[in-house]
Amino acid sequence: MISFWRIVWLILRKDLAVELRTRELLYTTMFFALSCVLIFAVAFVREGKALTDAAAGILWIAIAFAGTLALGRSFERERYNDTLRALMLAPAVRPAIYVAKLAGILVLLAATELLTVPLVALLFSEPLFDRPLLLMALLLLGTVGFACVGTLFAAMLARARSRDVLLPLLLYPVTIPVMIAGVRGTSALLDAEPNIGMAQFWIVLLLFFDVVFITLSLWTFEPLMTE
Amino acid sequence: MRKLFLPIVVALMAIYPASLVLIARARYESTMGLVQKIFYFHMPPAMLMLWSAIFCGVVSGLFLIRKRLIWDHLAVAAAELTVLYGLIAMVTGPLWARKAWGVWWTWDPRLTMSLLMWMIFVSYLLLRKYGGPGSEKLAAGLAVFGMANAPFVYISVNVWRTMHPKTTVVPTLPVDFATALWVSFGGFLLLYIALLAARVRLEEQRAALDRLFMEIE
Repeated sequence: MISFWRIVWLILRKDLAVELRTRELLYTTMFFALSCVLIFAVAFVREGKALTDAAAGILWIAIAFAGTLALGRSFERERYNDTLRALMLAPAVRPAIYVAKLAGILVLLAATELLTVPLVALLFSEPLFDRPLLLMALLLLGTVGFACVGTLFAAMLARARSRDVLLPLLLYPVTIPVMIAGVRGTSALLDAEPNIGMAQFWIVLLLFFDVVFITLSLWTFEPLMTE
Repeated sequence: MRKLFLPIVVALMAIYPASLVLIARARYESTMGLVQKIFYFHMPPAMLMLWSAIFCGVVSGLFLIRKRLIWDHLAVAAAELTVLYGLIAMVTGPLWARKAWGVWWTWDPRLTMSLLMWMIFVSYLLLRKYGGPGSEKLAAGLAVFGMANAPFVYISVNVWRTMHPKTTVVPTLPVDFATALWVSFGGFLLLYIALLAARVRLEEQRAALDRLFMEIE
């Protein structure tokens, strides 16, 4: 019996190898996030100036939208080649498969954020990098929160009908606390007088959210993925 | 549950006219006047909606562990009733809010939280309807996540926005208000149980029909 983390690493390496050959998900997700930011810029920039408080919202909406796209595509790939069944047949504990898939999505979203965050800071001339550690904590915990629910939902929907439209329908209401915490936390950092206490409160809330929902996902992944 | 169905329906038929009389007799509230009477139709379904959401999450969790069909039947009935009661609360709410606060809708914590919980259960029903075979298990997962989400929605929305009267006003209500409210609440609760029982029965029969059909094939 190979160990839990060895399985995680093997599946993650497989996913990254497949992705690096085509870079399909990486390019499409990044460009999609970029398009989102531009669309919101068109809506919220007036007379050359962005509305106050718009940047944090735009950043997080871009992450959520791009994340949904990436989640759907990454499981579509498994389904298309019928490799999801092979993965499920493998003598590996189910939670390890979940953790590997989650890690893959996180790598992809981290790459997208590396592009989106500086872009938003630049286009809306917001001091996003004044408190890099707090911002990084918000981004990391928020992305984990969004992706941990998203990975489970995308995996379980992989076999369902109308999965493309159902994924955002199920995912957005459940991840609203992540969005509120991410947007409010980021905009607390962007205020003229940064509200550090507020940002820290949202970081703690995100941490609790992540712990609860990763635990729930690990517990429900097995029954949900069994035919 | 089937044995209880008839007594519940009889009790409902008694409590419904009684609540109307009590509501009509309760004093006019000093500032709100007649509009305050919406309260008797707003608070009970709003509260039962949240209880129903939690109930749906619990039975869905049991379905995932035990895999017995009765838990699934209870879950789908509870989810539909969550959406129905939420709809009642969200039609009566704005009617009252317009008079009390001057706006139809406000992003107050309680309102936002109810809307979000309601949306999770609408998506539950959409998943069951359009998800194809096997979607009842996926829906059960969604309901468990929806239930676990409630405290997070509550805290985050509370810090994000803070106008709605707290439910702590209820014990301090004048007697005639309180009687009318609790009778009305009892009515809505009995209606909930009756509808739940009827819906579970319908689901059981549908499952039985499916089974018979499979045997013939």
